[in-house]
Amino acid sequence: MDIRHRNNVTVTGPADGPAVVLAHGFGCDQNMWRLVVPALAGRHRVVTFDYVGSGGSDLSAWSRERYSSLQGYAQDVVEVCQELDLERAVLVGHSVSAMVGVLAAHAAPERIGALVMVTPSPCYIDGDGYRGGFSVEDIDELLASLESNYLGWSSAMAPVIMGNPDRPELGRELTNSFCATDPEIARVFARTTFLSDSRDDLESVRVPTLVLECSQDAIAPREVGAYVHAAIASSRLVTLDATGHCPQLSAPEATAEAILDFLESLEARP
Amino acid sequence: MTGRIGGREPTGEGAGTDAVFTSLLEDSAEELYESAPCGYLSTTMDGTIAKINATLLDWLGLERRAVVGRKRFADLLTVGGRLYHETHFAPLLRMQGELGGIALEMKTAGGRLPVLVSSAIKYGGGGEPLLIRTTVFDASDRRAYEEELLRRRQEAERARTEAEQARAEAEQAQAEAERARKQAEADRARLADTLAVLQQSLLPDTLPAVPGLEAAAHYHTASPDRLGGDFYDLFPVGENLWAFFLGDVCGKGPEAASLTSLTRYTLRAAAHHDPDPVTALTTLNDALHERYTASGDPRYCTCVFGVLESGHDDGHVTVRLASGGHPPALVLRADGHADLLPTPGGMLIGVFPTAPIGTAQTILAAGDTMLLYTDGLTEARTGPTRDALYGDDALYAFADEHAPATPQQTITALTELLDGFGDGLDDDTALLALGVPADPSRTRPTTDHPR
Repeated sequence: MDIRHRNNVTVTGPADGPAVVLAHGFGCDQNMWRLVVPALAGRHRVVTFDYVGSGGSDLSAWSRERYSSLQGYAQDVVEVCQELDLERAVLVGHSVSAMVGVLAAHAAPERIGALVMVTPSPCYIDGDGYRGGFSVEDIDELLASLESNYLGWSSAMAPVIMGNPDRPELGRELTNSFCATDPEIARVFARTTFLSDSRDDLESVRVPTLVLECSQDAIAPREVGAYVHAAIASSRLVTLDATGHCPQLSAPEATAEAILDFLESLEARP
Repeated sequence: MTGRIGGREPTGEGAGTDAVFTSLLEDSAEELYESAPCGYLSTTMDGTIAKINATLLDWLGLERRAVVGRKRFADLLTVGGRLYHETHFAPLLRMQGELGGIALEMKTAGGRLPVLVSSAIKYGGGGEPLLIRTTVFDASDRRAYEEELLRRRQEAERARTEAEQARAEAEQAQAEAERARKQAEADRARLADTLAVLQQSLLPDTLPAVPGLEAAAHYHTASPDRLGGDFYDLFPVGENLWAFFLGDVCGKGPEAASLTSLTRYTLRAAAHHDPDPVTALTTLNDALHERYTASGDPRYCTCVFGVLESGHDDGHVTVRLASGGHPPALVLRADGHADLLPTPGGMLIGVFPTAPIGTAQTILAAGDTMLLYTDGLTEARTGPTRDALYGDDALYAFADEHAPATPQQTITALTELLDGFGDGLDDDTALLALGVPADPSRTRPTTDHPR
């Protein structure tokens, strides 16, 4: 199987630079990283990709069994690293991909040397004195919202008709196409993301880890960021003065700077 | 249009209409913003609400001072809507600069309000994003309609899945039925083979060559998967002395076959012990009665048993016959007429402890042929509606018409007759013809077996 095609892998930056892999979260695709890639690609070999089922991936490779657990997504990450023969790459995972990164680093320690967790949450559901911020009913509401918004999935069949002549920077790209996902696949990804509990996996992380949180995040509140930082001994916590769950979009310069600082600190190590 | 060119003053009714227009034009942009039939709000890039119109505040049951500068747009949404906002709406808006027609739900004092939301980013002169303008439409009716559509779609999908499943099950059932049918066919073929072998064991393979006599036989099997109950045989019992018999046991199938077997071997053994026809049939009656009827399982047969004595100087053969309840034999004479050989008084063999046996005798001269048959022949159904029996009289007439005939000619003619009955022939039929050749060189017996 052609992994580059399957996961719509994009590589930018110097070929001999230290490798940085950017993994998108639930919702959209690798376009989420478009504002930080230029800054990172100055000295680093930057790899972006779409999970199978998202963005420009090969939908025929999707299966409900594999992508109903975070392990399936971690397998995608490991296979992309193997395909590019990356060694000790830094895996930057947004949202649910932060926990996917924990699994991938555990499965392929020779491939992944450090983790950057962007607005991570090991568990979204409240319980056992833990506050993830949501109840199971809230997640059902999200699934209902997904049902109400197919976001152009059905009109994706007619890209030319849907062209945006008044917004030439989008070219022929469809409106909403970054988040256009088959409703069935989106439902599975949503359930896997929001119903997983990765808290017990955090302690096993041994690699240098940067936890990057936002000062105002409706999905991953600050106490969750503190929880993750406390659970991973080898982590450092950086709080961005940013709002929302996607600092790589709302505060791209600060996000890129924090990541670059972390990358430099890794290089300074013996 | 043309009426207003030239700046004429409006008159009459037109003046009132213009007054309405004027008042409308005085509806300021601010007034329109506040009271528009849709919600408006503007936020800073981090979502903090900077401006919101009265319509939306009214829908949500909120005070302006509790909202402006204090809440973010996402705070107005239900939790599920907020999750959707963070994972889809906000990223898309950032990437595209605008986003339209997204279905969300907003929190209200009394519950929740389904809305359709469109947002656009206002950029500064340097292309930097400044604020987000958002329009909110009440989508209660539309959402109810969409939910109905969605529900119908899910129902249709479920129905389709169920139909698909039913189709798969039907296909599987069909495949199983086909397998069962093939198995049944194979079983039936094997059974037919077995039955054919068994049936032949109850009949002679070939008729023996009897000096100075010609013999021919035919056996018609009504049903290939049921053992028939007719039988015949021809065998030597002494010098120039031959015994023969032909009969019909009650019933069909395995019970009939075992009865036939017992009958055949009893008659053969009896004939070797004492070739007298009455003695042979009496022995058979004793055997059947003891074996079946006496033990409460009455089984019986009709049978004609005879002895042929040849070796006379002029080639004639004497025939002594005994019969228990069997149709009379026929003789096709060399001179062209037929004789009946009635055996009055004979009763079914095996029913009574002592059976009355009827007897007859005749002489077969050169060119004479004696015919024995079972009632499958005379009870064949004929006529356009298959409701008339062929009958004894018709058979006699047939014999009379065909006389003189050799045994083989007789059997051939009768076989054609049987074939002509088609569906009307629904019982097994045995035919045995014995005759003295008109031409003494023709003495080869022929047998015509089924299969």
